[in-house]
Amino acid sequence: MSAQQSGHQGHSTMKVTLHVWRQKDARDPGRMVGYPNVECSPDMSFLEMLDVLNERLMEKGEEPIAFDSDCREGICGACSLTVNGIPHGPRKGTTVCQLHMRSFEDGAELFIEPWRAKAFPVLRDLVVDRSAFDRIIEAGGFVSVRAGGCPDGNAIPVPKEEADQAMDAAACIGCGACVAACPNAAAMLFVGAKISHLRHLPQGQAEQKRRAQAMVDQMDSEGFGNCSNYLECEAVCPKEISVKVIAEMNRDYLSASLTREEQKNDGGGAG
Amino acid sequence: MSADGPLLDGRCPTGPIETRWERCKAELKLVNPANKRKYKVLVVGTGLAGASAAATLAELGYQVHAFCFQDSPRRAHSIAAQGGINAAKNYQNDGDSVWRLFHDTIKGGDFRARESNVHRLAECSRNIIDQCVAQGVPFAREYGGLLDNRSFGGSQVSRTFYARGQTGQQLLIGAYQALARQIGLRRVKMSPRTEMLDVVVVNGVARGIVVRDLVSGKVETHAGDAVVLATGGYGNVFFLSTNAKGCNVTATWRAHKKGAFFANPCYTQIHPTCIPVSGDHQSKLTLMSESLRNDGRIWVPKTKGDARGPDQIPEDERDYYLERRYPSYGNLAPRDIASRSAKYACDEGRGVGPGGLGVYLDFSDAIKRLSEPVIRERYGNLFEMYERITGENPYRVPMRIYPAVHYTMGGLWVDYHLMSNLPGLFVLGEANFSDHGANRLGASALMQGLADGYFVIPYTLGHFFASTKQEKVTTDHPEFKKALADTNAYVARLLAVNGKRTVDSFHKELGKLLWDKVGMARDRAGLQETLKRIPELREEFWKNVFVPGSGEALNQSLEKAGRVADFLEFAELLAADALEREESCGGHFRTEYQTADGEAVRNDEKFCYVAAWEWKGDGKPAALHQEALNYEFVHLATRSYK
Ligand SMILES: Cc1cc2nc3c(=O)[nH]c(=O)nc-3n(C[C@H](O)[C@H](O)[C@H](O)COP(=O)(O)OP(=O)(O)OC[C@H]3O[C@@H](n4cnc5c(N)ncnc54)[C@H](O)[C@@H]3O)c2cc1C
Ligand code: FES
Repeated sequence: MSAQQSGHQGHSTMKVTLHVWRQKDARDPGRMVGYPNVECSPDMSFLEMLDVLNERLMEKGEEPIAFDSDCREGICGACSLTVNGIPHGPRKGTTVCQLHMRSFEDGAELFIEPWRAKAFPVLRDLVVDRSAFDRIIEAGGFVSVRAGGCPDGNAIPVPKEEADQAMDAAACIGCGACVAACPNAAAMLFVGAKISHLRHLPQGQAEQKRRAQAMVDQMDSEGFGNCSNYLECEAVCPKEISVKVIAEMNRDYLSASLTREEQKNDGGGAG
Repeated sequence: MSADGPLLDGRCPTGPIETRWERCKAELKLVNPANKRKYKVLVVGTGLAGASAAATLAELGYQVHAFCFQDSPRRAHSIAAQGGINAAKNYQNDGDSVWRLFHDTIKGGDFRARESNVHRLAECSRNIIDQCVAQGVPFAREYGGLLDNRSFGGSQVSRTFYARGQTGQQLLIGAYQALARQIGLRRVKMSPRTEMLDVVVVNGVARGIVVRDLVSGKVETHAGDAVVLATGGYGNVFFLSTNAKGCNVTATWRAHKKGAFFANPCYTQIHPTCIPVSGDHQSKLTLMSESLRNDGRIWVPKTKGDARGPDQIPEDERDYYLERRYPSYGNLAPRDIASRSAKYACDEGRGVGPGGLGVYLDFSDAIKRLSEPVIRERYGNLFEMYERITGENPYRVPMRIYPAVHYTMGGLWVDYHLMSNLPGLFVLGEANFSDHGANRLGASALMQGLADGYFVIPYTLGHFFASTKQEKVTTDHPEFKKALADTNAYVARLLAVNGKRTVDSFHKELGKLLWDKVGMARDRAGLQETLKRIPELREEFWKNVFVPGSGEALNQSLEKAGRVADFLEFAELLAADALEREESCGGHFRTEYQTADGEAVRNDEKFCYVAAWEWKGDGKPAALHQEALNYEFVHLATRSYK
């Protein structure tokens, strides 16, 4: 036999009862809908369990539950479900696409909701609009270089420790769980991660202050809340990004504001 | 089968290979800086290839409108690449050079790629690293602060740059940030959650596209001076693959139906190190980066049906089959060879794990030699991923792996300028066919996507504009109106079938058929049977598929239905191409063409060409065009990794 796709069967099955947020579109007020006794296997990922439920719904002529996913490997940041009040569900350091049903008890009751935040409006069911994150990056989350004419990659050595810290922050997948977990719906962990990534590299330092200023201003204008140190963001982050990036962001933002003050006092420089 | 029509011209430069690209660039016409903003480029797809192209074209001053189906360009499938990106930097002083990367890629591609393109790719590889470092890509570093490298399959030098196990993510974030900067500057308009459904051709030139807004459902057209497709590969035709769920053939297939030739669709890559299937519910397969083969040893028990646990099988009863058969490359043998060897071991009944569809990838020696922390540093996130999916701890128990569909070397035919035979339509990244021949080496796709986007298209597109006189067209042109009406009708038709079977059930059936008959090993009878079966399945689809909901809303079933409808057409071309190519080369293995000990047998006399297929209409066989491949610098030889 050559078929990987025939797989193997005979695994134990389990049943869960789901309560899922259903909302037709952005205008619909939405409501929780119950799906009792959904059969699944402990080897399924959470999203595969929803796939199976969707197949059943369609076989009955009903509309499936809409949710975002793409890589299903925990790296693209598309999946975005809150399970029993926890963004990405109960397993630490795990996106919901990498969460497996073996993490739940047979007979468990699960409440599945979209990310809840003013800056992330629901588009349908469990799908939300996270374009605010893109606009924050557009405001300053980059190094201003153009293609071509860059110095040799080894021209500027970067201490391994610094490169590692940059990478720790750069691991952010932009999923928005931090916002969904925060009682204030703040985006500090996301913005902090981006700022931290670039400030630990020599390439990012020229624009360090400008970047912090621009990104934080954009974040505020998108309607994200303030940080009151609840630390819920760090707890749910599937990439386990540390809140220390928030301190780094605040430092850069503050120093940018001071520079701005000084510039103002200088009368904006010579004409 | 003989070709229909004259040989295709790839517009490759001639003369010494080392200076072809330089000379080509010197001869390309330029667009005056003030005129660039008069040209509008539609870039479909913003993965590595598309994002780098869109950003760079905007930096040059062109107006760019870019599209992707995800909610953000940062989520393109490129993000999932784990292992790394090749570049001929020779930072390790281990004998690498542009020439060697060129040579390895031609050989790795089993002599089915163009020499000119591959040499250019090797040249650009060096600029890519510089570019990405400047953008702030946090590549792995040594303690001295310099860039670190690892080795990858199919090469004997260490030329792979990496960022932990998240190289694709970091490169994509770099390209995405460059793109975001241009969006912020209002030089690129970005339309996420938008799917391209057709190309609009005016007077024989690609002048626009038809797209569907995936939130509102509205179908619209966009006009421009050129269309760039960077829409990725078609591996999901097999349903199960390591590709992201949304990867599709729709953009390239619809362009094909508008006249663009599809080249070498049968060249599909099966990756040797993926997590085995766990059941019928499986929605995709997860790759364990090939870099694991640097330190992991692959083995199966020597005896059939050995049911003992791996720790119970003594050393002399294990078969490290890659090390045995390919002593000089060992566990780093190229992907096609490693995959097929795993299949043979399992076919012989020596596979491990549930269903006997797996082989061990064992780190115990490496952990002894290097220590657990070193292994954790190198592969920590991959080990975690494995544990999360299988519930097993690979620091203690060997991983179980099995091959899975991973990458597609075939794609739309393009010339050296990356333009398809349909003028004005450029194709970049995995979506084109150009650089990997019949087999792609690890860490070369990222390199190709970024070379195409940062360093090739900015030159060749300018030349196209400077050397072609075009009238401006708007979406009021009758061709746009017609394309819009056709697409609306198509969407309505999908919704109107209103049958009994779900879209996924068709996709799974197609995938299984292809995996069994057009997967790792193919033969004439199987291919003929598949070619009979696909049209039947397609017919059933159009009679019995159920697509709930409406076209005027976010409707994921409708999105999938359109993609599967295209896969159902494209699969036939894939199988036809596989049938026509009566040889074994790279990822295309025909069991009729092998040596006594199971090695692939190429037929250079008859098949040293690119097969570029032309759409002839529904229900009609595609016409074959050939582009001859000439090997002037790397001599045609049987690939040997022994
Ligand atoms: C798991 C995995 C690991 C890999 N690891 C490596 C590695 O280590 N090294 C390496 O070199 N390569 C690796 N590869 C291969 C490599 O990642 C891909 O070949 C490459 O990233 C493809 O880039 P791309 O820009 O061509 O396409 P993609 O990144 O697939 O982007 C396609 C883009 O097109 C858009 N799109 C598609 N269809 C449409 C449509 N109809 N309308 C609008 N937009 C559309 C998408 O939204 C997306 O923006 C890996 C691949 C996989 C699956
Ligand atoms: S689907 Fe990509 S992170 Fe979950």
